[in-house]
Amino acid sequence: MIGVRPTAKPSIAHGMRLQWEPAQAAHVLLYPEGMVQLNESAGAIMSRCDGVRTVADIVADLERTYSTSGLTDDVHAFVELAVERRWLELRE
Amino acid sequence: MSVGPPLWLLAELTYRCPLHCVFCSNPTEFAATGAELATADWLRVLREARALGAVQLGLSGGEPLARDDLEPIIAAAHSLGYYINLITSGVGMTEERIRAFKAAGLDHIQLSFQDSSRELNDFLSSTRTFELKSRVAALIRQYEYPMVLNVVLHRLNIDHVDEILAMAERIGAEYVELANTQYYGWAWLNRDHLLPTRAQLERAEAAAQRVRARLGSRMQIFFVVPDYFETRPKACMNGLGSVFLAVTPDGTALPCHAARMLPGLTFPNVLESDLRSIWYESEAFNRFRGEGWMKEPCRSCPERHKDHGGCRCQAFLLTGDAANTDPVCDLSPHHHLVTEAVARAERAAAAAGNGTPSAGPGTPAVVSRPHELVFRDHRISIAVEHGSGATAGGQARGES
Ligand code: SF4
Ligand code: SF4
Repeated sequence: MIGVRPTAKPSIAHGMRLQWEPAQAAHVLLYPEGMVQLNESAGAIMSRCDGVRTVADIVADLERTYSTSGLTDDVHAFVELAVERRWLELRE
Repeated sequence: MSVGPPLWLLAELTYRCPLHCVFCSNPTEFAATGAELATADWLRVLREARALGAVQLGLSGGEPLARDDLEPIIAAAHSLGYYINLITSGVGMTEERIRAFKAAGLDHIQLSFQDSSRELNDFLSSTRTFELKSRVAALIRQYEYPMVLNVVLHRLNIDHVDEILAMAERIGAEYVELANTQYYGWAWLNRDHLLPTRAQLERAEAAAQRVRARLGSRMQIFFVVPDYFETRPKACMNGLGSVFLAVTPDGTALPCHAARMLPGLTFPNVLESDLRSIWYESEAFNRFRGEGWMKEPCRSCPERHKDHGGCRCQAFLLTGDAANTDPVCDLSPHHHLVTEAVARAERAAAAAGNGTPSAGPGTPAVVSRPHELVFRDHRISIAVEHGSGATAGGQARGES
């Protein structure tokens, strides 16, 4: 995949906060004067971005959790987008 | 119609402020409002709003630092799970307080120019205000808050975008909001002196675009065009009563911070009702929900779900009827009121010898922040952008 390496460790970017909001029944990403309501898959990915797990770990965990396979491309694409939007930071 | 929860709570803690801005967004009659809520009242408001679903909290004013109970307010808000934004001019900030705010759980500080051109001139000429801002900016960085610099633009300062951005870069801002004045409150009174020319606006946008290209993501620059130059209105507050709840210093609950001007509505007070009944049941919050209140041309317009007919306050200020189409819309029979105001600004600027058209590149598109929800805060009436929802399931945001 372009950009994101499977060994990279994504974490929520500085100044942002991810939390589950019952009133919206969604994970939301909070940041200065705004917020993003994440859909289910984005929430599932972001909530695993703890700066410890690698992208490959996250893919494996999601595939296990949802008993599916072939999520690599989607997860990489999302992580790349989230880094570009400064929602996530990457450590190699 | 199903009514969703409020997501954004703006706590206007006080109208006290050491500055005197020409286009302050506080109501012009603010001196006549009642006594400020006590700490315990604010804590109850925070609990009630959080229980309804509010998650973004703006602490503003006036100058919120004028309250000496910010620390316990922040601590309570943090333990409730709010993301807390402090919107300040920096006047009154000390290291002791900024450290206490951090310990209490403050998430972010927006350092704003409280709209006086004198203050901006000081800033641009590196005098007193600049030193104050730099000192506060250094503290913000030292205590690792994300830093947003907010500068309100108008005819008298819009030609300084290059200098403003150079200063922002020097003090280490991560986000800069160049928000053109919107015309409510004091700004409405000063409109003919503040409205820029189209040429000024285009030059300023081009300047912002050049700096953006040079700095990339190091400093994010948001340039918000004044809606007088648009042909469609902003989706004000995502529709009144849809996501935003403001509480004024005396406890009046408003669906937008400027809404107090709207005639025929009695706004409830948090000292008399709980927020749940205010949000869901009060006439003031229900009046402009949905589309039943709309008149033509909005009533039958296919775009009505998108912009909700624009701003009610602007419709009222310009046409005298808050249920009219926002005259910014070129389908409004009152649109000429907006174009005439712009034409007056052009004439005034020509007479004063500024605002000459530039031969620069074409107008850059309005900057949008996609994936975001509609929020207004202190700059609430100040601007708007339309974003688009996308892969992450975000909702469009019209930002003020
Ligand atoms: S007529 Fe009303 S709904 Fe239609 S675009 Fe104009 S403001 Fe929006
Ligand atoms: S734009 Fe909206 S928030 Fe702003 S003054 Fe009008 S009604 Fe209020």
